[in-house]
Amino acid sequence: VIRRLVRYVDERSGSAPLLRKALRYVFPDHWSFLLGEIALYSFVVLVLTGIYLTLFFEPSLRETVYNGAYEPLRGRTVSEAYRSALDISFQVKAGLLIRQTHHWAADVFVVAIVLHLVRVFFTGAYRKPRDLVYYLGVAMLMLAVLEGFLGYSLLDDLLSGMGIAIAYSVALSIPVVGANFALLVWGGAFPTDEFESRAYITHVLLLPVAIGILLTLHLVLLATRHHTEFRSERATEVRVVGQPMVPGYAPRSLALAFATGGVLFVLGGLVQINPIWQWGPFETGLSTNGAQPDWYLGWLIGALRLAPAFDVHLFGYTLVPNPFWGGALFPLLVFVFLFAWPSIERRLTGDHAFHNVLERPRDNPRRTAIGAAFFTCLAVVFFAGSADRVFVEVGLSYTAQVWIYRIAFFVAPTVAFFLAKWIAGELRAGELHPFRGVTGSVVRRTPRGGFEAERRRPD
Amino acid sequence: MRRWLVALIVLLLGRGRRRRELPAAEPVLPAEPPTGPRAELGVAALLLLAAAAAVAFVIVYAGGADTQALGLALGVALLLVAAAFLVVAKRLVPQQETDEPYPEPAHPTEQNEAARIFEESAGGLTRKKLLTVAAGAAGSALAVAVVTPLASLGPVFDTDLLYESPWRRGRRLVDSAGKPLRAADVIERSLFSAFPEGVDTKDMASPIVVVRLQPADLELPAGRDDWAPEGILAYSKICTHAACAISLYRTPLNEPTAPSPALVCPCHFSTFDPATGGTVLFGPAGRDLPQLPLEIDASGYLVAAGDFSGPVGPAWWGVRKR
Repeated sequence: VIRRLVRYVDERSGSAPLLRKALRYVFPDHWSFLLGEIALYSFVVLVLTGIYLTLFFEPSLRETVYNGAYEPLRGRTVSEAYRSALDISFQVKAGLLIRQTHHWAADVFVVAIVLHLVRVFFTGAYRKPRDLVYYLGVAMLMLAVLEGFLGYSLLDDLLSGMGIAIAYSVALSIPVVGANFALLVWGGAFPTDEFESRAYITHVLLLPVAIGILLTLHLVLLATRHHTEFRSERATEVRVVGQPMVPGYAPRSLALAFATGGVLFVLGGLVQINPIWQWGPFETGLSTNGAQPDWYLGWLIGALRLAPAFDVHLFGYTLVPNPFWGGALFPLLVFVFLFAWPSIERRLTGDHAFHNVLERPRDNPRRTAIGAAFFTCLAVVFFAGSADRVFVEVGLSYTAQVWIYRIAFFVAPTVAFFLAKWIAGELRAGELHPFRGVTGSVVRRTPRGGFEAERRRPD
Repeated sequence: MRRWLVALIVLLLGRGRRRRELPAAEPVLPAEPPTGPRAELGVAALLLLAAAAAVAFVIVYAGGADTQALGLALGVALLLVAAAFLVVAKRLVPQQETDEPYPEPAHPTEQNEAARIFEESAGGLTRKKLLTVAAGAAGSALAVAVVTPLASLGPVFDTDLLYESPWRRGRRLVDSAGKPLRAADVIERSLFSAFPEGVDTKDMASPIVVVRLQPADLELPAGRDDWAPEGILAYSKICTHAACAISLYRTPLNEPTAPSPALVCPCHFSTFDPATGGTVLFGPAGRDLPQLPLEIDASGYLVAAGDFSGPVGPAWWGVRKR
């Protein structure tokens, strides 16, 4: 069968040489190389579950009286969007499973992308010739965060409404054109019915297609330049060593694909996420305390909280309102840094060479230190996003927490910078591996009075 | 039926024979000792279990479609397939690492030729600058033309919309059920939400918070002396920072160490002082909370005595600060 199939395809597409090469494409082996694959497979789960959900979801803010299966909300005037989301959860068979799996997959998708980014950053995988691949990846991260935000904003429950209100305020706060921009996007002053259908088409069509295109480019470019690898006796700048696609790698990757799907469905079935019936429908005049957005927006809510109480104003008129600092400028700077970093590093080091072999974090203490500072800074802002949970759990006041985080914003990255630099430098100097014990040379006195040295290497 | 079966058997056998007749070619993969039938049995067992779990999914679906059972069945089915693939990868297929050279970093000859194809194609042009300018003009004008219809999305220049408010002198305050609010109902140390009577409550300028303080404690700005009858104050409920509803009231307080009563937004903790006209005590908000002047009508109901002291909600470029 296989022989006939290959012949059929080759005689009609001339692709046998390509296929022959693809089957023996070499995948270097390291656990951290799997993070990107997890993101890829989560995306597949997102698309499949998302298509199912569109068959039942009604993207409209038209008002209706809820009359469904969930007793406590019966008789409430709600939007069609909220009503249909409740029906998916309570009346459509397997609807809640698919909805929760979709939500979990979105969270895992962004986690995997971020960890993948961290791996790529600290190993220098973004260096030439893979800087384009890296830019595409960072662009996908931006789109993924936006896509996730729009996704949970569609349901018109209290949390999504609060999120949209904040997004509207950030849009308004853009200097000079903010008011015009917000009126354009929302089709009027918040809250508007128009926003729902616009968010919907963006969530189910525009952004997924954009992510799909970038993903394809990301993978094609990666394959043409081949994967990076860690250095070994055989793995050098000119030779790539690893498992070939067939037979070694494909079953591993398929195992990871099925495992990702399996974990996501187990989560979707067993671990409740975003129970919108508990939040209730959105009303402009309502909000709730201790509410948390999805994790990948934590850094934005944290930035909005930590931004100093400072507006630019002139003669009693506001020019730049406060949400601009935390909601627009801060994420802009973060992504500008991520996009600019490969060029910055090239400028700093003057290194324009091709790199196929990865560096370990210790091999490049300066990069490791800068990365540690950067990600620590983001982590501080991220944790500030959970200040209300901390208040509920521990009782530490908001005011105290905001000041602690504001100080930590400057102190923690500085500490992380010097600590990382020191650790990386020490590790490099001693070739000591934190998990594999001492390396270097052990020197012993021999019975005759001489010395003997035994060199130990990491295994 | 039987004829089909016979045909199928003949076909299968025939194919098997044909394969055997092929000349024995050099193997593409390096030879490896077989791993024995145990791993194969394991894979088969895992796959059969996965099939069982998938069937269980269908049965659960046909039954009560319990979410937990569904998720467990489907998830376990997928995990079992994953385990099967893992055994295949680790035990059943040859485990040889291979290597190959990385692709050429660059192709200088082709680069050069590609560039020259472009250069020589444009070699006959004499007015390159003019053509560049003209193409630039056409490109940018077309780009503008193409995006122009997007302006239909919203009232781009109608920023007056942002100032609209349903509050007028004499409009009664009602609660979320539409019941008018009596001055006597507003007790101290509690936060009340209210809306303008007979108006859409969705409008951002609609919801207000109403609190009662001791009249002696009030330090309202000049010109607002009669805005708080009996010490009852009304403010826009929409935070001037990022449009969340202000639903926290920092009171009752543990005297005497506690700070003054305050209205707090749960989103980013902007904190406003109701006693001084909604000034910002803490947090990122840049503008005071707009105050609504109140009156008590003859039957004891709270009514608005005018519109807010300033624009409601989050700020934008050029909005009045107070």
